[in-house]
Amino acid sequence: MSKKTVLATQGAAGEVTNSQAQQPVEKRESIWKDVLDGIVSNKAALVSAIFILLLALIAIVTKLVPGILPYDPYEQNLAESVQGPSAAHWFGTDIQGRDIFSRVLVGTQITLVVGLAAVAISLTVGVLLGAIAGYKGGKWDTVIMRIMDMMLAIPSILLAIAIMAALGQGIEKAVVAIGLVAIPEYARIVRSEILAIKENDYVAAARVIGDSNFAIVFRHVLPNALPSIIVRATLGISSAILDCAALGFLGLGVQPPDAEWGDMLGRGRNELFRAPWLMIFPGLAITLTVLAFNLLGDGIRDGLDPKSRKR
Amino acid sequence: MSDNGNIASPELRNDDVLLDVQHLTKLFAAETNFFGKATSYVHAVDDVSFQIKRGEAFGLVGESGCGKTTVGKMLVNLLRPTSGKIIFDGKDLTAMKDSERKSYCKDIQLIFQDPYASLNPRMRIGDIIAEPMIANNIVPKDKVEARVNELLECVGLANYMRNRYPHEFSGGQRQRVGIARALAVNPKLIVCDEPVSALDVSIQAQVLNLLDDLKEEFGLTYLFIAHGLNVVKHVSDRVGVMYLGRIMEIAPKRSLYADPLSPYTQALLSAIPAVDSKSKRERIILQGDVPSPIDPPPGCRFAGRCFKRLGVCGNSVPELREVKENHRCACHLYDPELPPTEEMTRAAR
Repeated sequence: MSKKTVLATQGAAGEVTNSQAQQPVEKRESIWKDVLDGIVSNKAALVSAIFILLLALIAIVTKLVPGILPYDPYEQNLAESVQGPSAAHWFGTDIQGRDIFSRVLVGTQITLVVGLAAVAISLTVGVLLGAIAGYKGGKWDTVIMRIMDMMLAIPSILLAIAIMAALGQGIEKAVVAIGLVAIPEYARIVRSEILAIKENDYVAAARVIGDSNFAIVFRHVLPNALPSIIVRATLGISSAILDCAALGFLGLGVQPPDAEWGDMLGRGRNELFRAPWLMIFPGLAITLTVLAFNLLGDGIRDGLDPKSRKR
Repeated sequence: MSDNGNIASPELRNDDVLLDVQHLTKLFAAETNFFGKATSYVHAVDDVSFQIKRGEAFGLVGESGCGKTTVGKMLVNLLRPTSGKIIFDGKDLTAMKDSERKSYCKDIQLIFQDPYASLNPRMRIGDIIAEPMIANNIVPKDKVEARVNELLECVGLANYMRNRYPHEFSGGQRQRVGIARALAVNPKLIVCDEPVSALDVSIQAQVLNLLDDLKEEFGLTYLFIAHGLNVVKHVSDRVGVMYLGRIMEIAPKRSLYADPLSPYTQALLSAIPAVDSKSKRERIILQGDVPSPIDPPPGCRFAGRCFKRLGVCGNSVPELREVKENHRCACHLYDPELPPTEEMTRAAR
């Protein structure tokens, strides 16, 4: 029996008809448009994006035009020390009598930079190391991951202090130290994701068609690991801010009288019951910022995922 | 569609042979000692030899775990053979260095079994099909798009869909994308690793038909891997039957289906349900299970389950020898040099 006769009966159920073939090619959106769509279609992500833009605006404006603030954030006024929130001081005053509202606004400058820069460092290095360890395997994996294990074995603050001892003091060095300390967490997540992803047939397919290892990792493997990387990075912003505060508390990071949210939080700790506003407002600022980055991350992730995209 | 199994000339001329696999063996370490040295091996593929001529569709059949996919993976360089040669177009691929080998990669392409796992979910199908051309630099950048459209048309997909993602397609359509990707580099040989076993029966026929049309259109050569003789019957010119890492029988399709020599092939064929209820076939039911491929028993791999077993089968491995014209079988039943006692048992069968 000839195959053609068997198959002819199924021709009618063909997947494509000629009339369809005449349709114009469907639009191809750029990746940025996709991300934007993901953010706009998700209300929480949209609000978060606006909030983060607002923070960035505050940081820039207070830097360029310090006079816009209701009070000088560095001016001590011991006569008005530790006052609760009032019409004059919206967020109250701290022990030195400085206006907390002004300090929270000014604090945006350092806090945002610390959070983003530290995450940028740990993200770049961690993803690269994790990708090499996971994709290459063997000796690469053993060497890289054992170094990561060693870093994880040392308490992160202690390690950051040690790095700062080597680098010296200063906020930018604190950022580097915090960024370096968080590398193992990113490397581990990326490695485990890649171990699973590289077993997929599409990675084998990429090898068969002659893709280089570089192309396989950056075109096929890492894009599929993006969801977990984005989630980890947005959470990483908060831990970076808090780590920076801890370093500042030890006298290594932010130095008084500079305003930074984590630092304000740490210094208000002793007066928690007497003057809760010392902690509430900087804490609220950190929480909202972290939440905003998180929700924004969700929006970006959805925007990058072809399956959640609406046509 | 060429349905005649007798296209093979008595002796395959050398320039007709596109792929010559010689004594291909792949062992996987099953257990390792403390120092990471293997102490026992899975004999996934054991001394497999076959030839594929230009323009031919060679079917490789066998049940799960018999090593047929491993053979395919070694051909496309996803696995390195433990020993043996892969001579492709007159050149020994196994003797090449990695860099040299890579230039031959594009000549042998693979169509995957699972159309859901073989396409990157984050790439548009147009990019998936364009990637092999860009990676191998065979089409100028400005011509890539036109070529993608051409390939989509070849496999029966409309080109306006090229900016869609794989999840927007059905299994059959995805497999068509996989076929277009394999075709993109103008390969000489395509290894089809059970390309329809993950598809719905109605779609299977369409995809098989498509593969057949493409073969004629582009002068392709296929190694068609499948686990059932019925699928291979439609697409192959010659068929090799594998069992537990070894080839049991190689024959032109017609000869194999009409007169299977190996008891294993006989049992396999008897398992295909008959369409015609009048022609009653005797169903051969094999006893026992496939033995473990870890350090398999000596002798014929099939001896433990064979219903025509001879005394020698348990201790000597039968050679793959030509029993009839172009019909080769690895079975002691057809060994002309058997001792006389065995001869009698054979006559009694």
